[in-house]
Amino acid sequence: MSQHTIGLDDVSVSLGEIDALRGVSMSIDPGEFLGLVGPNGAGKTTLLRTVNGVVTPDRGTVRLDGTPVADLGPRGVSRRVATVPQDTSVSFAFSVEDVVRMGRTPYRTRTDLTADEADREAVDRALERTAMADLRDRAITAVSGGERKRAFVARALAQDTPALVLDEPTASLDINHQVGVLELVGDLVASGKTAVAAIHDLDLAARYCDRLALLADGELQAVGDPETVLSDEHLQPAFETRTAVTPDAVTGTPSVTAIADPRRDRDVHVHVLGSGTTAARAITKLWQAGFDVTAGPLPSGDAALSVAGELDVEAITTPPLSGPDEAALREAREHCRTAAATVLADPVIGPDATVLELAESSDRPILVETRPLEDVDHADEAPRARYREFESRSITASIHGLVPAIAEATTAQAVPADD
Amino acid sequence: MRLGLRIGGWTVGLMAALLVVTVVSAAIGPVALDLPTVAKASLNAVGIPAGLDVALRDGSFLGGSLPTPTVDVRYAYPFSFAVPGTAETIVRDVRLPRIALGAVVGFALASAGAVMQGFFRNPMADPSIIGVSSGAAVGAVATIAFPVVFPLGLQAAAFVGALVAAFVVYAIATENGRTSVATLLLAGVAVQTFLGAVISYLLLHAGESLDRAVFWLMGHLHNSSWAEVEVTLPVAVVTFVGLLAYARDLNVLMLGEEDARTVGIAVERTKRILLALSSVVTAAAVAVAGVIGFVGLIVPHVMRLLVGPDHRILLPTSALAGATFLVATDTVARSGPAELPVGIVTAALGAPFFLYLLRRREVHEL
Repeated sequence: MSQHTIGLDDVSVSLGEIDALRGVSMSIDPGEFLGLVGPNGAGKTTLLRTVNGVVTPDRGTVRLDGTPVADLGPRGVSRRVATVPQDTSVSFAFSVEDVVRMGRTPYRTRTDLTADEADREAVDRALERTAMADLRDRAITAVSGGERKRAFVARALAQDTPALVLDEPTASLDINHQVGVLELVGDLVASGKTAVAAIHDLDLAARYCDRLALLADGELQAVGDPETVLSDEHLQPAFETRTAVTPDAVTGTPSVTAIADPRRDRDVHVHVLGSGTTAARAITKLWQAGFDVTAGPLPSGDAALSVAGELDVEAITTPPLSGPDEAALREAREHCRTAAATVLADPVIGPDATVLELAESSDRPILVETRPLEDVDHADEAPRARYREFESRSITASIHGLVPAIAEATTAQAVPADD
Repeated sequence: MRLGLRIGGWTVGLMAALLVVTVVSAAIGPVALDLPTVAKASLNAVGIPAGLDVALRDGSFLGGSLPTPTVDVRYAYPFSFAVPGTAETIVRDVRLPRIALGAVVGFALASAGAVMQGFFRNPMADPSIIGVSSGAAVGAVATIAFPVVFPLGLQAAAFVGALVAAFVVYAIATENGRTSVATLLLAGVAVQTFLGAVISYLLLHAGESLDRAVFWLMGHLHNSSWAEVEVTLPVAVVTFVGLLAYARDLNVLMLGEEDARTVGIAVERTKRILLALSSVVTAAAVAVAGVIGFVGLIVPHVMRLLVGPDHRILLPTSALAGATFLVATDTVARSGPAELPVGIVTAALGAPFFLYLLRRREVHEL
């Protein structure tokens, strides 16, 4: 075998009646941060346990630096892989330093009860590195959850191993500590460690890991960089739900939103006008309610466009920084005319009246406004008056009230109004 | 080094306490002696093992006679102060063996208790939790009630009964080489209940020896002899050293077995060794002194509050405090108008103290 830091070859584990892992093969190279993602019970923790030797596979081999775990023994494994457990609750009042020093266990013989120089240096370094030095004398039972997690990371560092195994390092932590712990692991990986972590939060996994491995039902579904693994194509079968993967507004890394499946098929066509996050939310809401949704025109790169793409909603696209061309407008006009209802999401009132004009072509437009008028009104008197006139003859709804509003609009259509 | 200093300080302090309690206890009794005399007589009794005599003698076993190897220890006595003959006899042949045995038994029970509480991660664990005491009681009561059926000595029967009970509990809780701590605890309770029924049955049919059986069950240091000290002391010291060698492993085990595995502890093997050592040391203590409750529960508890959960310091301090505590309580037990079994005194003092700790919620810290 090659010198992967961690290598799994056709690993299967049965826990009682359940097949926790089925023929998983993968490898983790030196200096890599691999995230294990997947639903509860997918086998993430079991996989980690085969790596740190807690569980012996029924079939297949786990190798550390090329040597099978089974040949290494507890001491040998613990000099190659350090584990940060998911549950760090301790009911004994050991000091933080005591806990960190337990990481030196693999290097101690039974006869010397107190630490030597190498131990002290490793413990000091680990406390320093995790910013726990000031808390070293505190009882582990008296520090916060985030600090306790850092203390266990420090213990893993004191263990002085090439590889780290982390089981849900962010579980039950506040968001600041979640990011803090993963930043720390990222730094450690940057300085040469290899890490594998089971991470529940897909967004955090995508943000910090070099590669992700998606597990479901004990089988490896996909491995690769986060952008490849986190796609609806992989996520839907694994999590048994539709997902929308959009770039995170702040970090730019993939952000996954689970979407409940449509409750029923309504067979009613609704067209969505407008752009940005409000349009995106309207599209999602209507799609979930089971409408036949179309959208556009939408400039490429728009949030609403990526949501439409994720949900297979037909959308009319226009290039960025240029208005819709004639073909796009014709198509949109056609949609507005044939749709049972047209939704206008957060329009901007300005000199460009293209979208408003499209909305006006609908019989019963529904207006969704989430922003105060001052924020959207950049216009002179004329467009503003035109907008007021449009507002007066449309149904105004919030995102949550969208479905009843459409019901109202479509009933009104069935019984035509007097004018 | 800080830890080394703390261990040293506590050890010296507790040793001094044990010495003081020993001398005071030796002065108390039906014949009151003054402390200097007691101190001198005690020093005269200090023997240093100087050699071993090994010989084969004809011993009787199961009615027949067969050669039995015997080991005699030769002692050198470095002190010889002038002390009145009666005082010397009282101190050396009556009071000191009892004090010494009390110290050894307290030492053994408290160290086993400290280990069991850490092992089970449970503040209610005590040395007899895996059935050791009940097993010993069955062996002892059976020997008292039916001497014909069990020809072994009382202590030997109790010792064997203790180890058999512990092994049965261990075997029940072990599957595929893994011993579940939770199962061990429950199996221990079930086996203890069952053996309790056996003991009750034996007592019903004990007839005239009922008094002796009940007295044994209550825990006592009556009629202690140097011979008993000579057998139990080496057992206690050897197992204690063994347990101390596993103090670090026990610390790590307290964070959970899976966690201990990831820092390189061979968990199942360590558990087996800890169980075996603490069962043997408890069995030895119970065999000579009967069921003395609360020493193994209370003493490690109090020491944990004082020195913290680290077994490297908790184990030696608990052992020494246990020795001191049992000598002190036994002095109380025998200084009243009628001698009480010491088990009554330890329970009567220990239980309220435990409740006091419980009220202060300090036991929740474990």
